[in-house]
Amino acid sequence: MMLEIDNLEVAYGAVRAVKGISLNVAQGKIVTMIGANGAGKSSTLRAISGITRTSGGRIRFDGRDITTMPAHKIVALGISQAPEGRMIFANLTARENLAMGAYLRRDTEGIEKDMDYVFAMFPKLKDRIDQPGGKLSGGEQQMLAIARALLARPRLLLLDEPSLGIAPILVRTIFEKIVEINRELGTTILLVEQNARMALSIADYAYVLETGEVRLHGNAAEIASDDEIRKAYLGER
Amino acid sequence: MSELLQQIINGISMGSIYALIALGYTMVYGILRFINFAHGDVFMVGAFVGYFVAPIVAPVVGGSGLAAAVLVMMISMLACALLGVTIEKLAYRPLRSRPKLTALITAIGVSLFLEYGGQLVFGPDPKPFPALIPSTMIVNSKFLVLSSNSLVVIGTALLLMVLLRHIIFRTRMGTAMRAVSYDHRAASLMGINIDSVISFTFALGSGLAAAAAILYASVYPSINPLMGLFPGLKAFVAAVLGGIGNLYGAVIGGMIIGLLETLVTGYISPIYRDAISFAVLILILLFRPAGILGRHETEKV
Repeated sequence: MMLEIDNLEVAYGAVRAVKGISLNVAQGKIVTMIGANGAGKSSTLRAISGITRTSGGRIRFDGRDITTMPAHKIVALGISQAPEGRMIFANLTARENLAMGAYLRRDTEGIEKDMDYVFAMFPKLKDRIDQPGGKLSGGEQQMLAIARALLARPRLLLLDEPSLGIAPILVRTIFEKIVEINRELGTTILLVEQNARMALSIADYAYVLETGEVRLHGNAAEIASDDEIRKAYLGER
Repeated sequence: MSELLQQIINGISMGSIYALIALGYTMVYGILRFINFAHGDVFMVGAFVGYFVAPIVAPVVGGSGLAAAVLVMMISMLACALLGVTIEKLAYRPLRSRPKLTALITAIGVSLFLEYGGQLVFGPDPKPFPALIPSTMIVNSKFLVLSSNSLVVIGTALLLMVLLRHIIFRTRMGTAMRAVSYDHRAASLMGINIDSVISFTFALGSGLAAAAAILYASVYPSINPLMGLFPGLKAFVAAVLGGIGNLYGAVIGGMIIGLLETLVTGYISPIYRDAISFAVLILILLFRPAGILGRHETEKV
């Protein structure tokens, strides 16, 4: 297993956001975590990236314990994230945002190539390249956040709600790009989404989270056809 | 008219020294939202390093004033960069997750430590700072007295500011500084080591303070362990006036304080020389607390 999470706990003060989640991500797959607001999805991603402190459990990447590792070292191991709220540097241009994504890399040529790759993927970004990140629209910021995370050349890409606040037409495009990243670059993806239908349609494996715990997990296709899940998350009767 | 010109030249010269110090305050504030009140005392140490290094350096470079001056300044900048990094590591870093007030009070403690430690080590009495580059009169008429000194001060400060601008806006580390100043967490998600960026910021700011000290000591060639107090406070006012956290603001604020100070000294009375900065501070806090170029920050949740 590329990523193994064992009994993870995250608490903010007295609030226990994650209450013992165990989760695995196999190399080359798209794995999704779905669930309502407050289910603990984003907290889990933050814990993996090391930007929130865990209060229990273990996180292993390639068999290596990264539970208490500082965030910047986790990036160096090959995990990058397009976080909740996008966290674009509003004071930096789009180009500088991308350059920060590639902060740990020294291969100038490789970075140039990857820049071209993300511009081909999101042509709109190229037009906005010298604009400050804060001036970009929500959709553009989302693309920039994904592109920026890709520029780290991650082996594991964490995506937190890439469809949030995006025009419906764009949502489909973004999900297509996620599949493209997985197929073309071989990047393993852990995707957090509230848009369960969309997420299940592209994922190999899925975890359903409820109030900080894993309620159900299985192949995405199986989860998508589960009666209860269809009622609770896919809005069907 | 010519007297006014004279005052303006002196004001810009003094203002560029304040600007260099103010840049250190503003950079540290930009990254940590914290006022390093020991900054003026790092400036003082810079002057003393210059004082002790100058007689050693002079014979080595064979009596060339310019080479000696450049070398003295570089050594002093390096020493203070190291001092700044050490202060941050020992005094501020352990308190980073504590309330801001804790670090602020610690900064005042570090300031007192340097001032009284300085009196212990260097002695409390003023020492004559050697003239590194003999000042010559470029213009010496009835209307205008222009010494090479003020030109050297303004030129050096300008050069350092251009260099700083290049570092901050054109290099990888500078971009990382701006990223960290916007959002620590997002920056660490990029693989940026926040601690290194903070250290680098302290090194830059303290280095500039040392450069300012060498320039200051060449204008007022008497140095003592408490000499950092007023220039430090005035540069702080300059940073607030320009809009703390804003680099251009620090330079503009420094120039305004320098000019006001010389004009008040020349046209009103030297008694108000120090008071004017604090009057400006009170006015700015009353009427435009964000400063000239500052924007109101919405509290981030």
